[in-house]
Formats: sequence, C-alpha cells, structure tokens
Amino acid sequence: MKQAISKSILRVDSRKKCRGEAEYISDWKFDNMLFAKTLRSTKAKAKILSIEVPEIPEGYFIIDKNDVPGVNRMRTVVSDHPLFAEDDVQYIGQPILLIVGPQRETIYSIISQIKITYKEEPGLFTLEDAEKRSILFTDYNYKKEDPEEAFKTAHRIIEDTFSTGYQEHVYLEPQGIAAEYKDDTLFVYGSMQCPFYVKGALLEAMDLPEDKIRVVQSVTGGAFGGKEEFPSLNGCHVAVAANKTKHPVVMIYDRDEDILCSTKRHPSEVRYKVALNKNDHVIALDIDVLLNAGAYNGLSSVVLQRALFSATNVYNIEHLNVRGRNYMTNLVPSGAYRGFGAPQTIFAIEMLFYNIAVKLGIDPLEYKMRHLLKQNDPTCTGGRVREEVKMHEIIQKIVKSSDYYNKLKNNQKYQGIGISLFLHGCGFTGKGETTINGKIILEKKKDIVTLKVSSVEMGQGAETVLRKIVAETLELPIEQVIYGKVDTGLIPDSGPTVASRTTMIVGGLLRDTALEMKKRWNKSEDLELSKKYKHPKYLSWDDEHFQGDAYPVHSWGANIAEVEIDPVTYELTIKKLHGVFDVGVPIDERALIGQMEGGMVQGVGWATIEVMRTENGKLKQANLTDYKIPTSMDVPEIDCDFVLNPYEFGPFGAKCAGELSFVGSPPAVAEAVANALNKPINHLPITPEALMEIDHED
Amino acid sequence: MKIEFTLNNEKINIDVQASARLLDVLRDDLGLKSVKEGCGEGECGACVVLVNSRAMNSCMLPAGTIMGKSVVTMESFKHTDRYKAIEAGFLKAGSVQCGFCTPGFIISTESLLNQNPNPTDEEIKEGLSGNLCRCTGYNMIIEGVRLAIEMGAGLW
Repeated sequence: MKQAISKSILRVDSRKKCRGEAEYISDWKFDNMLFAKTLRSTKAKAKILSIEVPEIPEGYFIIDKNDVPGVNRMRTVVSDHPLFAEDDVQYIGQPILLIVGPQRETIYSIISQIKITYKEEPGLFTLEDAEKRSILFTDYNYKKEDPEEAFKTAHRIIEDTFSTGYQEHVYLEPQGIAAEYKDDTLFVYGSMQCPFYVKGALLEAMDLPEDKIRVVQSVTGGAFGGKEEFPSLNGCHVAVAANKTKHPVVMIYDRDEDILCSTKRHPSEVRYKVALNKNDHVIALDIDVLLNAGAYNGLSSVVLQRALFSATNVYNIEHLNVRGRNYMTNLVPSGAYRGFGAPQTIFAIEMLFYNIAVKLGIDPLEYKMRHLLKQNDPTCTGGRVREEVKMHEIIQKIVKSSDYYNKLKNNQKYQGIGISLFLHGCGFTGKGETTINGKIILEKKKDIVTLKVSSVEMGQGAETVLRKIVAETLELPIEQVIYGKVDTGLIPDSGPTVASRTTMIVGGLLRDTALEMKKRWNKSEDLELSKKYKHPKYLSWDDEHFQGDAYPVHSWGANIAEVEIDPVTYELTIKKLHGVFDVGVPIDERALIGQMEGGMVQGVGWATIEVMRTENGKLKQANLTDYKIPTSMDVPEIDCDFVLNPYEFGPFGAKCAGELSFVGSPPAVAEAVANALNKPINHLPITPEALMEIDHED
Repeated sequence: MKIEFTLNNEKINIDVQASARLLDVLRDDLGLKSVKEGCGEGECGACVVLVNSRAMNSCMLPAGTIMGKSVVTMESFKHTDRYKAIEAGFLKAGSVQCGFCTPGFIISTESLLNQNPNPTDEEIKEGLSGNLCRCTGYNMIIEGVRLAIEMGAGLW
C-alpha cells in the first residue's frame, strides 16, 4: 500500500531552474568585486626554494600564507591541509597563492610571470608503493568473536583481492565561492553542502569572533560529497583575500582547475581471506582495506570507518578480523563522495561471494542468501540489526520483475546478468550524530511557517522534501511553509548535508517539532519552537574499539544489471538496470526515483567508463574530454521499485536514501560482466581493454 | 571588432574581440545568466544557445562567427509557447534536480524538436547527447521531452 506522503508533488525549485533564473554563485555580482585565481603547484613533491613575483599593477594583489590572520590550516576532521603552501608542496594542484584583481586577463598574465623554484623530491603515488614506504595516516582494526580459531578449524580457506579506481564528482556547477566584509562582519557565499563546516574553518583561519562570520549558501549545482569539505578550503582563500584587499572577492573554478585540485573518491584495494566450513558456509573473514588518501588526511579516516563497517554488507559473518589503512601519497587529497567508502567494500564483498559461489558451483544468489542478516542478528561491530530485514521480499520482487533466472539460464556468451545485495547505514557513523547534536527551528508567524535548518538544497530535493514533511504534518499548503535562507547568522546548526542524514535526521526533528506546533496551533499567536537531536538511548557505540551500533538503522536494496559485450571491440553495453529499495517510506516518490536512478547511473559510470589514472602524480584524465561520464546515449531503461518498511524514528517512517542509490549498481554490473565472460571481475573500472585481456586469459 | 547580430529577437551591435568566447560575451557583456559554464570545452552543453535555431555550445564559438546570425537564449525563449510545453514536460517528469544543466537541456530539446517534431526514443537520446547531467541519470529528462512532445502537439 502506497502511503499518502509518497504521492509526488511539484519540486518547489524546478520552474526557476528551468527558466535559467536560479542564481548560482557565478551569477552573483558585487560592487567593486575582484576576481581571484589560484597559483598551484606543478610538482608532486618538492621544497619551495623561492617565489619570484613580477611588479604587480595597481589594484592587483598577491595573497599567500603570510596573509592568513589565524591558523594556516583547513579545519576538518584532521586539519592538516595548509590553506596556502608553506615551505613545501605535496601534490600537483596544491594551492600556493592567489592573484586577485579586477581583470581576469591581467590576472592570467601575472600568473604566467610568477616564477617558482622548486627542489623536487621523489613522490609516492600508488597504494603498492605507499604500503612499502609511505606514511600511514590511519590504521584501524576491529574483531568479532574468534577469527584466529575459526581459521584454524576451517575446512577450506580462500583468498581474493579487489581494487577500484578514482571517481571525480563532476557536479555540473564547478566549485565557486565569494567573500566580502560588510561593516566588520565577514560574509562568505558559495556552492556548498555544509555551511557550518565552512564557518568552523573560517573561525580558525580568520581569527574572528563567532558573531563576525556568516556563511551563506548559494544555489548549488550538484555536489555528491564534492562540496562537503572542499569549500572550507576555497572559502578560507577568498576570506583571506577579502580581508587583505578590502573588496568583495569572487573565485569560480573552471572545469580543468576543479578536476585538478578538488577531492575524489578514494582508490582502494580490499583483500579478503575467507574461512569456509564443510558445508561451504563462510564462518570467518579476514578483511584488509587500503585506501589511497592522497597528500592530506582530511576526512579520510571517517571515510575509512564507513568502508570498514560496510565490509560485511548484508551478510552475517560469525568471526571477523577487519583492518583498514589510509595511506598518504603525493596525489590530490581524496575525500567525501556519495557512499563514503562503502562502495569500495560493498563491490569487493559482492564479487567475493560471487566468485566463491562460482568456484563451488552454487547459484550465486542462493549462496548470498544463505548468509543474509536477519532482524536481531549482530552487526559486524557487535551491534544489533534492530529493524525488520525485508531482503527476501526485495529479492523476490526484483528476481520476478527482471525475469532473472530465465535470463541467467538463456543468456548467450557475451550476454550477462548480475545481482547485487546491499545496505547503507543511515546517518553519521558511530557517535557522529551525538557530536553534531543538530538543532532545528520552526517559526510560525500568523499562518506562515518558516523552517530554519542548515541542510542545503543541492539538487537532491531537500527543500521540497523538508517543506513537504512540515506542510503535511501541519496540514498546510506547501506555499505556506518557507525554507529559511541558509545563512549561518539566521539558522541553527542542524549539521552538514551529508551521510544521507537530511530526510531521516533533520526531517525527523522537523516532523516532531511540527507535531508539537500542531497541538499548540492558534491562528493569531506567533510561535517559535526548536528541537535538538537525541540519539536513541538503546544505541551504544565504543569509538575506540569500534564496538556497538555503528548506525541506528539501515536502508536495504538489490540491483540487477543486464549487459552485453561486443565480442570484437569488447565495448560494454548496459541493457537494463533494476533496483528495489527499502528506504522505510518514500517521502516523495518521484524525487526518490530521481535519486535512485541518478545514483545508479553514477555507479555505472564509476564501474565502467570513468577512468582516471595518474602518472608520476599527474592526472592523465584532467578534463571532461578525457574523463567521460555517462551521457543520455549510455543509459538503459531503469526499473525502480520500493518495499515499505517504516522506521519509527524517521519522519513518516523514512530512512536514508541518497547514498544507497549508488552502492548497488557497480557490483551488479561487474557480476553481469563476470557472468557474460564466465571470468571473475575483481577491478573497477571495467574497460574494454581489461575485458579483452580477461576474456583471453586461460 | 563591431559585431551585429540578432539577440533574443532584437538587432544589437557590440564591440568585442572577434576571438572572445560567445559564452563570455553573453554572460559578462550582456548579462544573460541563463547561459552556464560547466566545462569550457564543448563537452557538457550547459552553455548551449540557439544559433539560427540550432543548439550550439557558446563556449566554443568565437564571437566573430555570429555576425549576422540570430542567437536565442532562455531569457527570451522562456516566453514562448514551445518553452511552456517543454517546461510542463520537465516539471511533470521530474527532469530537474540541481538545475545547472537544465537551461541547456531545454535549448537542446527545442533544437531537436525544431528539426524533428516526432523523434523516437533513440533520436531523443541522440539529440540530448551533447548535454551532461550528473543528477538524474537522464531517464527522467528523456521522459520530460516525451511529455513535452505530447503536451505541445502541433507547436513544432
């Protein structure tokens, strides 16, 4: 039964966007504004010996480390990235200084005349090199039960290794940011996911009191994690420049610069050692996850945590030994990207189970289903799966609608079908939600209600969905529910727009507050209500040993991909994608399908055509001509469906959705390709060159 | 150099470098902000405008080449019946997410339907293949075009 809340409504921001009237930061104009351009390292690892600057025309400025009033570091989970390079550079593209002035042509001309003398040093670039010689940013380990004993008594031990490459976000709107002082208050405006992260970074860099900094989000043209931590860096850049020049400063990256210096999905290697009992059941896993973090740690340790807590996916494995390492390399820092470490390990374990099943001659889906988690089972970190697990219903639905078994049986060589099963832990990992302690405000003036949150609309539909939650609860037309301007001076910190937490956590707070408002509703009386997040008491988490409930609840799903491979060119065609998801209750079905289809296609891109490699620290695919993302010609028909499974703490029963959409399609495609060639696929992206080689292997 | 062309149905004269990108002329000199820069190398289609009724990437066009031609951007196209049909289709189908690519997709849709009022699904996909979208996975945009064709029957 479809719920009333799921009925789709018109997206509140879509008409303006169609007409080209939405104002992204590159469309903003300021009086007396100056442009900024970043001079970046051309060396992967070097000492800076000298910087020679030509004579600068009047009205132009050089901004560097000496101009930072506070600390020259970008504040994030690990604050190790210098805002401007000091004595050395650690990756190609690292910011050294800004040139700021009224005419872009003059700025370019100044840049071309600046001479930097470097003393180059040997760099580290691959995980292989890094494992031998590099600095280890993070080394995590957790255990469940007694893996050593399980491996001793194992009937059979299997080892397998999987690896994945970079992924660039390619939000259509490149990074853009601006800063100005009004009286003595600093305003930073821009394309971003997390206004309060930017504010936190500015507090340290600018050495200003809290009430003298305001961060305002502009219409944001896609983000996918790429505008999670990065705007804390360019935000500080323009703030330092505005402080020195006493002018508004705008800095819009062109695409090549954006690709060169912005964060990407971590390249990974995942090694599994598997202990099977005499019934071929997996009784223990030894999992070793390596991520290439790039030159600075930043968010990598928390990305690694989610990778590790997703490493057993939807399976109940009795004994576990899980290790995870983040390595420093002389590459652009890796960072947040939809899925946040989970896509790497979920791809790996899905292919692991597939490979084992094929080796044992068991139907892969049946083999996976033998190991499925059930309600009340322990999670990999010894927490508990508290929600009802509807994987059987999901699988039944998708197998039927895709005609999976008939296709599996009747496919010819070079035709394949694959199925992935997956979950996503909703909201922040571990104590994250408690640490952030998100707050929201609902303000009623006569019959207009304004919701004040720091969750941003970045394309995913947050504005529509959050307004809808409040409007439906108060039984008001959506036009009477206003989204307060995302300005840190006017809104509380309800946390960043990340981790698929917006609908479930922030929407949940809004729903509870709106229910209270409804009780106290009095037409003439104005009312302001606020609420802070409270972590359910029954959840516990030990952050030191990684024990307990890493997530309050999970969303679940299955994807099926049908593929065809050209036997001559090895070109891969995705013929059809199917997805069935349990996200609790869809808040708006069309908005949700938009998330699901978009995420699945992004996943297909990562798994197939999105090739990004490096050579001596230099990106070989550094623009959109060389780095290809799917076009309308590459996408198949997509079939999307949901099973209802209301979550008691989610608004109208909703759980998380945004990242769940991404994790399933890469392993589904890889399995379909493995099925088509009858060969294992252990690496992404799956290029025609790789397929040709794999097919010709004995 | 002095360039005379028709912009949004009005004759104009401007003095710009012949090699300046049409994109910059439209955005910076003429203030037409619906034209977006997504890549600057003709790959993403966010800057697409109609030049003599055909969709062209304005980042790849030197201003000198539009002498005597007609350039249409969303600023005037949004007032047409054809636009209204496309908008209705896009809104109904959920074709819009972050919106940065949307004006470009709409201009490309107009160009496609102008040449081929009854495209097949494959022809729609081909007609939109010069525009990148990272949010939707395209199917909801393709559906938007289908609905526009239905709702705007007789307009093309």
